Amino acid sequence: MSIDTETARRVAKLARIKVEEDALPALASEFSAILGCIEKLNEVDVEGVEPMTSVSPQRLKRREDVVTDGSQQEAVLKNAPDAREGFFAVPKVVE
Amino acid sequence: MSDLTKLTIAQARDAMRKGETSSAEITSACLTAIAGADALGAFVHHTPEIAQSQAAAADTRIKAGDAPDMCGIPLGIKDLFCTKGVPSQAASRILEGFKPEYESTITSQLFDAGVVMLGKLNMDEFAMGSSNETSVYGNAVNPWRRGGDDTALTPGGSSGGSASAVAADLCLAATGTDTGGSIRQPAAFVGITGLKPTYGRVSRWGIVAFASSLDQAGPMTKDVRDAAIMLKAMAGHDPLDSTSADLPVPDFEAALTGDIRGKTIGIPKEYRMDGMPAEIEQLWADGTTMLKDAGAKIVDITLPHTQYALPAYYVIAPAEASSNLARYDGVRFGHRAKLAQGDGITEMYEKTRAEGFGPEVQRRVMVGTYVLSAGFYDAYYNRARRVRALIKQDFDKVFADGVDAILTPATPSAAFGLGEDMSPIEMYLNDVFTVTVNLAGLPGIAVPTGQDKQGLPLGLQLIGRPWEEGDLLNVAYSLEQSAGFVAKPTKWW
Repeated sequence: MSIDTETARRVAKLARIKVEEDALPALASEFSAILGCIEKLNEVDVEGVEPMTSVSPQRLKRREDVVTDGSQQEAVLKNAPDAREGFFAVPKVVE
Repeated sequence: MSDLTKLTIAQARDAMRKGETSSAEITSACLTAIAGADALGAFVHHTPEIAQSQAAAADTRIKAGDAPDMCGIPLGIKDLFCTKGVPSQAASRILEGFKPEYESTITSQLFDAGVVMLGKLNMDEFAMGSSNETSVYGNAVNPWRRGGDDTALTPGGSSGGSASAVAADLCLAATGTDTGGSIRQPAAFVGITGLKPTYGRVSRWGIVAFASSLDQAGPMTKDVRDAAIMLKAMAGHDPLDSTSADLPVPDFEAALTGDIRGKTIGIPKEYRMDGMPAEIEQLWADGTTMLKDAGAKIVDITLPHTQYALPAYYVIAPAEASSNLARYDGVRFGHRAKLAQGDGITEMYEKTRAEGFGPEVQRRVMVGTYVLSAGFYDAYYNRARRVRALIKQDFDKVFADGVDAILTPATPSAAFGLGEDMSPIEMYLNDVFTVTVNLAGLPGIAVPTGQDKQGLPLGLQLIGRPWEEGDLLNVAYSLEQSAGFVAKPTKWW
């Protein structure tokens, strides 16, 4: 399957990665090469096979529904590029 | 004692208990070795103060008696592990300046056992790579060189810094992580032992996630015994990782009897690839003979879906990566791009991720985004997960037929040159023998067993039954003893 420039642009947008217009054709051709190798999976008969969700058959453990953690506002904000008045700060999102 | 940095964990443990040396002495010897090894690019964040204070505490504990095996052992920690107050940036620009406010479960278990942390080790960015060339820190370099040639070689990846540091005797052992071969391939490239445990044997909590259904941490050590000792300290159930198994942790070292009489070793015909170098073929045949001579029964086996493992991996791993790496958005931690007048939150995300992620990470995040996008989810992602189920069934059948372990080459070649021109797909082929093990969640170990014509180390891989790392380590121990690999790189750095 060949990926065109328009698809590459759309994927970059979905992934929230800025790709300059002149870099899109090269990106599209890299995608095509990688997806070309993935196409090999179409040879396999997967009729009746369930998609694997977990390699070990164990059930996920459950725990008591109680608060185990919290009240660490300072630690949580410590690594933020921009934290103000106890919050993460970002560009305006509401007009 | 001389050459303290060359000690194995077991030797150091025993020597410290006899009072022949101390953790402070070994630690100081390692710190000196590290200071003189910048050319290897292995250590990227140095923590000498932490190391010295941990060593002093370990010596007190050893003197008091009853200290755990790992007490006082100086290790390097892969940069993928979050270590409290110490830079932990997964070799990525996007985590520049990030100092976790918490400790990963594995490092905290190791510290509780008295381990000394010398610093953080180089790796491929977000563990995505097979040559350590995608790191924001620059390359880690293999301490081995081809005979009569000073071309800089890769230590493999993604745990390239760990491999380089252990092989060059900068530390006694190191932590690694393995998503498609990232412990075993670098171990093979530098002539050390690397173990990927059964999925769920060790906690993933606090390790920067790449592909959560495949990621597993493990020891990278100078020999098999050390891998057994270190795995015990790393393993165990962790309520903070819902996929960590609530199973008792056996004494893996006690399993090392070297007696493999009556064990059945499978040789999978599908691992005999077209164009396999004669040296790898010979290495594999020699390893088979060694196990046979040690009393194991050798059987030919078939794992028919092997050829589909790499394509399945290159759907599943990028898909999980694209989800996991969505958290790097410039809001909560790490790098945020400088914004232009009028830029909104979308521009902030897009610019931050374009600046923060290197080309290989961007490529995988976008491939993952594509295979998960509407209209392609079934065709790519679900199909890959079905094929994954078939790959696991191949192994289940072989084990049900009585095979105890499977012997394969660890890598398709010896270490290659840094900067060699390779397409992404050629690079991905490095994982061809290792990736099946992650897809099936099995334990696998790389053991050095020989050298190529140019003197570079080569390794074999043993694959074991789930949760039976003790048995696997014992077969590896027998192979190690028969192979008698003792070569060391000549110091040039």
